[in-house]
Amino acid sequence: MKILVCISHVPDTTSKINFTNGDSEFDTNGVQFVINPNDEFGLTRALWFKEQQGASVTVVNVGGPDAEATLRKALAIGADEAIRVNAAPTDGYFVAKQLAEVVKSGGYDLVIAGKESLDYNGGMVPGMLAGILGYDFVNSCIKLEVNGSEAKAVREIDGGKETLGVKLPLVIGGQKGLVEEKDLRIPNMRGIMMARQKALTLLEPVSAEAKTKAVKFEKPAPKSAVKMISADNLDELVNLLHNEAKVI
Amino acid sequence: MSILIYAESVEGKFKKTAFELASYGKKIAAETGTTVTALTINATDVAPLGQYGVDKVLNVKSDKLSSFNAKAIADTIKQAAVKEGAKIVLFTSTTDSLYIAPLVAVALEAGYASNVVALPESLSPFRVKRNAFSNKAFSFTEINTDTKVLAIGKNSFGLIESAAAATIEDFSPSLNDNDFTVRVESSEKGSGKVTIADAEVVVSGGRGLKGPENWYLLEDLAGALGAATACSKPVSDLGWRPHSEHVGQTGKPVASNLYIAVGISGAIQHIAGINSSKVKVVINADADAPFFKVADYGVVGDAFEILPKLTEKIKAFKAQNS
Repeated sequence: MKILVCISHVPDTTSKINFTNGDSEFDTNGVQFVINPNDEFGLTRALWFKEQQGASVTVVNVGGPDAEATLRKALAIGADEAIRVNAAPTDGYFVAKQLAEVVKSGGYDLVIAGKESLDYNGGMVPGMLAGILGYDFVNSCIKLEVNGSEAKAVREIDGGKETLGVKLPLVIGGQKGLVEEKDLRIPNMRGIMMARQKALTLLEPVSAEAKTKAVKFEKPAPKSAVKMISADNLDELVNLLHNEAKVI
Repeated sequence: MSILIYAESVEGKFKKTAFELASYGKKIAAETGTTVTALTINATDVAPLGQYGVDKVLNVKSDKLSSFNAKAIADTIKQAAVKEGAKIVLFTSTTDSLYIAPLVAVALEAGYASNVVALPESLSPFRVKRNAFSNKAFSFTEINTDTKVLAIGKNSFGLIESAAAATIEDFSPSLNDNDFTVRVESSEKGSGKVTIADAEVVVSGGRGLKGPENWYLLEDLAGALGAATACSKPVSDLGWRPHSEHVGQTGKPVASNLYIAVGISGAIQHIAGINSSKVKVVINADADAPFFKVADYGVVGDAFEILPKLTEKIKAFKAQNS
């Protein structure tokens, strides 16, 4: 089985978000970048397939040279090779078009992407990729098993879960549950050394037009001060929630 | 040309989000001098959609679509959009709608924006305000294609009633075997419990509750409020509560009217996930907990004393006001 894991290079979850250039660009100054958490759950599941069922795992990112550190981390925790499509990831459709080319030319059976990235939160790349390729697609996937060309995928639904039977080739929009938090791997020295020997292929983008553009960013208005209520006066809390906030 | 909304139903019934979506569509339709068409699949009673501005319902009745199938539903919506000449196709932000929307966008060669939180800021160029950076910022996004697909965030637009009856038309999409390659083998749903996705009120607990055996305190309060229960990331990592209850940046987002956090200190990732909630109440023993900085109402004290008292007071209030 040939697995492709799509990796977004996103600000660490603890990052403070600021903008620059007249609020038109994300300010990367002082920001630590990581593998998008939803992608990391998928990558870790892919490594399980590699170790338990004999699969190859390629990671891919559409982005600039700064994303290579994130791809190297994916190699350090066990991916076999990496691909970077050398283009700014301007919108979800543009990224999906680039990934579709990589999937077609590489002949991957299973493509795993996070269901959304923690920066732009578009939640569209895996679905669009499946749509462009005409592959089957399971979103919000919390469990995945593959047996030959058949797969069983569990997806989260509002208030429960659903088990789906699917065939490869397949695109997965993954999230926590594919593996547990404790299964996530931290690169060790040997892994980091080995990652230096692994191939990181640079591809030029295919021509594709972005259909959307983020033109401006804004931070939420600062919060008005909290109203503190004494623990001995919970009637006041009920009163405020009813008469002032009007939520009960 | 019309605006098409996908009015999702669950076991034949619409949820409030479908009516919010109709209200949102009607508002754009009124500004652009067009009408709203709703696509429904196996809904039992479509008439209520008219009360929220839907002019026409395309009503699909199909046994084949009785279990969820993203590809087949996306194909159905595409065919409805083509039939109606819809240039704007609207979705809610339920798990199912977010699954389908990107497939529809590709099929219609449309630009797609999710997490939209307000009416379009401008129609030409078409610009919407959306949540980004896990609710730590808003992004103003322009869509430059002729057809646009939007997913509207829960609770970001109210209900607007407009008294008119919708015309109802049966619609039979032409679906082929290729639409049904994904099979639903089993489905599990917690019965009777309010889900985080639907809840108007969410009551959430953190490590301050000291152990899973104390969760009944939170469940009692949730019961009195008709609320869903949720938890912080450490609580789910410790296995005290299932992952499906974890709210925050890497868990579920919460956009309820009221969010009550008990014994949660308020890590930046947690706050990002619940920031779209309208009113936040924080109950914590530590007066310096960072969560108080983003709360509307705060109570400093022992959760084990406060929770039972608050539950009683809410019950008394509900008894008086119902």
